[in-house]
Amino acid sequence: MKQGIDVVGLYVRDQDEALAFYVEKLGFRVHTDVKNGDYRWLTVQHPEQPSFQLGLFTPGPPVLDAATAQAVRAIVAKGAMPPLVLTVDDCRAAYDRMHALGVEFTQEPVDRFGTVDAGFRDPSGNGWKMIQGRG
Amino acid sequence: MSASPATQDPDLLRRLLRAKDRMDAASHEEWPVGRLAEVSGVSEAHFARSFKQAFGIPPHRYLLTRRIERAVALLRETELPITDIAFETGWASLGTFGRTFRDITGDSPSAIRSRGKAAQEEPGRVPVCIVSAARRPDLTTAVSEKRRQAAAGTNEPEQQQESS
Repeated sequence: MKQGIDVVGLYVRDQDEALAFYVEKLGFRVHTDVKNGDYRWLTVQHPEQPSFQLGLFTPGPPVLDAATAQAVRAIVAKGAMPPLVLTVDDCRAAYDRMHALGVEFTQEPVDRFGTVDAGFRDPSGNGWKMIQGRG
Repeated sequence: MSASPATQDPDLLRRLLRAKDRMDAASHEEWPVGRLAEVSGVSEAHFARSFKQAFGIPPHRYLLTRRIERAVALLRETELPITDIAFETGWASLGTFGRTFRDITGDSPSAIRSRGKAAQEEPGRVPVCIVSAARRPDLTTAVSEKRRQAAAGTNEPEQQQESS
């Protein structure tokens, strides 16, 4: 077996909305979507990265109490969660495709230091940088 | 009177974030409260207070920090004349730019330029956009307040800046 990071989770405000965003607009695939009572374990995967899952979780019971969940929802909505970085072959082409699908871009593609980067947010407020790989 | 940050409605916060993002994306543009309030879908009367409650800084002051951040980056990374940088980062006059710049950074644009050049580092493996956010000037008091304190050494109450 291989050792390493398997799942990293994001907090989202609504799992159905997040699922639609990451699958339909970003082109990710669903890896696991299972319910256990009110709890839903939902992870998606980049099609070219089968060893890594991105978890899309809602803050709430039974994991978090109501007040903590409310604080977490506020932090996510304020864009205060740590940065996420997506590597792409062609930043401008990805921007055009995603922009046409209605992705909320916070920064249009900019040439910087020999590469191109852009920025977008998921519906919940999680901020992504999209950087063109240096080949 | 004002609720604690955790009790602000997340949907409102998400819309306020949109106004902050728009200022980030185009800090050289004019951002009167009415324009920002429209982006967030709230009333003008509500906007400045909600923004400050959410992000800890009035919207106008946030915009100034972003403009100075960009000006500092342009001073360090380009050969553009200071006048061009002032206009490109959103100031209508060179005098206001220079004054605000000194009030916020404690230094003149030309001093920052020569010091920044000497100490220029490769961004290396940290995404550039994140580096510049990490170097963002911290503006915890109003510019007018900083200026007054420096001039008079007094501690007058802060003036209303939000509406400008």
